[in-house]
Amino acid sequence: MAKKKTIRTIPQERTPMREQDALVRAGNFEEVARGYNLEDALRESERCLLCPDQPCIAGCPVGIDIPGFIRKIGEKNLRGAYDILTDTNLLPSVCGRVCPQETQCEGVCTVGESLEAVAIGRLERFVGDTAIKEGWSNIPYIEANGFHVGIVGSGPAGMACAADMAKAGCDVTVYEAFHQPGGVLRYGIPDFRLPNAVIDAEIENLKKLGIKFECNTLVGRLFTIEQMIDEMGFHAVFVGVGAGYPTMLNIPGDSLNGVLSANELLTRCNLMHARDFPNFDTPLPIGRRVAVVGAGNTAMDAMRVSIRLGAEKVYCIYRRSRTEAPARVEEVHHAEQEGVDFHWLTNPVSVLNDGTGSVRGMRCVRMELGAPDESGRRRPVPVADSEFDFEADLIVYAIGTNANPIMGQTSEMKLNKWGYIGVDETLATSVAGVFAGGDIVTGAATVIEAMGAGRKAARSMKAYLGIRDPALPYCGATGGEALFGIDERERNFARVRVA
Amino acid sequence: MSNFEIVAREDFSDVTYLLEVRHPMMARAAKPGQFVIVMQNEQGERIPLTIADFDRNKGTITLVIQAVGKTTRQMQQECQVGTSLYGMVGPMGIPSPISHAKKVLCVGGGLGVAPIFPQARGFKESGAYVIAVLGFRNKDLVFWENKFRECCDELILCTNDGSAGMKGMITDGIKVALAGHANIEEVVAIGPPVMMKACADATRPYKIKTMVSVNPIMVDGTGMCGGCRVKVGDEVKFACVDGPDFDGHLVDFDDLMLRLQRHKNDEKLAHERWSENCRMTNPPGPGAGDVLAGGTAAQSDVLELPDPSEDAPGG
Repeated sequence: MAKKKTIRTIPQERTPMREQDALVRAGNFEEVARGYNLEDALRESERCLLCPDQPCIAGCPVGIDIPGFIRKIGEKNLRGAYDILTDTNLLPSVCGRVCPQETQCEGVCTVGESLEAVAIGRLERFVGDTAIKEGWSNIPYIEANGFHVGIVGSGPAGMACAADMAKAGCDVTVYEAFHQPGGVLRYGIPDFRLPNAVIDAEIENLKKLGIKFECNTLVGRLFTIEQMIDEMGFHAVFVGVGAGYPTMLNIPGDSLNGVLSANELLTRCNLMHARDFPNFDTPLPIGRRVAVVGAGNTAMDAMRVSIRLGAEKVYCIYRRSRTEAPARVEEVHHAEQEGVDFHWLTNPVSVLNDGTGSVRGMRCVRMELGAPDESGRRRPVPVADSEFDFEADLIVYAIGTNANPIMGQTSEMKLNKWGYIGVDETLATSVAGVFAGGDIVTGAATVIEAMGAGRKAARSMKAYLGIRDPALPYCGATGGEALFGIDERERNFARVRVA
Repeated sequence: MSNFEIVAREDFSDVTYLLEVRHPMMARAAKPGQFVIVMQNEQGERIPLTIADFDRNKGTITLVIQAVGKTTRQMQQECQVGTSLYGMVGPMGIPSPISHAKKVLCVGGGLGVAPIFPQARGFKESGAYVIAVLGFRNKDLVFWENKFRECCDELILCTNDGSAGMKGMITDGIKVALAGHANIEEVVAIGPPVMMKACADATRPYKIKTMVSVNPIMVDGTGMCGGCRVKVGDEVKFACVDGPDFDGHLVDFDDLMLRLQRHKNDEKLAHERWSENCRMTNPPGPGAGDVLAGGTAAQSDVLELPDPSEDAPGG
């Protein structure tokens, strides 16, 4: 057996990922990070100590066996690595790209205590991309159990839930209001972070599990959640429709032409291909000088899209300082490299009218950090007499979203005081058989958190339907759960993870 | 669900046409005041269109469209019976509340005549005395007169040039109705923003509840993009999920009209390019030339204006 690895024997530096040059990529929509090749991946896999604590597994919202798949990479068994990944995560190419690993698996990595953490996300992406290239997919043996499950929303929460329910043997239908499935992965995250081809490949994998996607379907209005249960024969329903009701600043000039939400900018550009106008019919206002308000991941996406669309100047306006910016460190870094001009501690006061109803600029005020507020972050307060104007012809608000009202308008599900769907600890809503998760429950969060919620809801739905969950021991820790409705034959192939 | 077959088509004039699209589920769910978002083809834009009628037995949705921009002109040429739309989603928006008012005035201007129909029928079914005021530019553009006669107690038809019905603007028709009936409890007006604004101004002195259906630019129609925001009183509302019906006395129409202009240049570009392509691929025949000649939407003339519901070639 090989000598045991120690922190001193492993490669000390994290293997860098090749990237498109900042000046080149600012002019195209191709992916910025090119990903690892086999050599890079082998070297990086060496850096995992395979430590006994495995804090990374607990740090992952879906509990991927991270040391397990990294070990397989080290053995050059990429198919094996893919098998382990897809045990828990059907979308490795997506998650490897968009998860905030620095606060999840990599944030708790043992190596990270003394060196840079193992690049788990990059390795995951490498395995996922290899699978797409090689055409691998893992279709487990599925025995139909006769249950019909409806999923509302084809974003990350819905996809994760659909996958788990399909693997458990349910007949799963996913409804999407847009004309293409994928939710935020499709309309929100731009191609240079997550190429459409990757989403297509992941959705194909879901279809291979027997999952049906019905687009152009606005649940709530075409039929209600209650109708799904009462009339359409669904035994359980998962609602993962996302938050999506963009917040506006409510300052003077909000409604001027040239002020839009990041959601609108990104949807036009990504889903509707407005960047190829007039080959595609959807237009997009192109700004020469663009100011994006906010400093989250969506704000970074909006800025970087604007640069690629040809803006001469892109400003980031954020009322707190860089340390409080909610975006991933890597995204801020990329935006900086591509030439975004950051204005920290700056708060918009009004949008300025050019006299014809369009935007001519913005009036802002300088801020300074005061005492911490209820979120624990230091509250920004305006500096007296520090107002100033600057020129801009496009203003993009990326300051968060509120709850989408359609579900509340059309169903009996109880909402919480902010308008999000109220759920208990199993993600069950107040309507029997209906579960909810993702942004429509928690408010805007990350892709992997939504996927985690989708999987958690799937576990609850299986319990609700009385389907034995092969990922759990036969008698759960809670003991008294009713495990009725088990097919005798199921015991022959259920995998039981032994502690 | 990706086959939205066109089962019937009717051309009301050289710019106005009706499409009846098969969608049994939507026909069952649709209610007056709701709209759909249509994509003609994969490269197309998403355009909101108010549902002009629905037939639960036949399982169809009826849309009345005016060719004003690139997409609506292309649809006029290509959407023939037997072809399919790439996408149609709905019914969207909060249905118009059909109140228990005993006497109601339903006002439709230009293409707004189409979406006012389900409301007029709805009020009639709930037992109200329904007076319809329909306005067109001239006699050639008049459609659905008989359909309205069947479900309304009174019909006032106005045309700008007097070639059919009374001569005058739609507000003149409203004045006639208000003069004849002192007890009108509610007015519903659909049409171009400038017409709805005029209607709201006409009823304001009488303090009669006046509902209008706004038609801003939209992308998704599900509340996600915020492109359709309108000022209603002191609040900002999203027409797609908070509307599309609002109190006409509170809507800021000037803001709405300004926001409808925001992709004007791009729309022009798309249209010019498309017409150029058509000229190159199709010899000018009947149809194409007329369309181009007839279609420039002038925001100035009340009744010339496109569609109340459609027209957001921007979005």
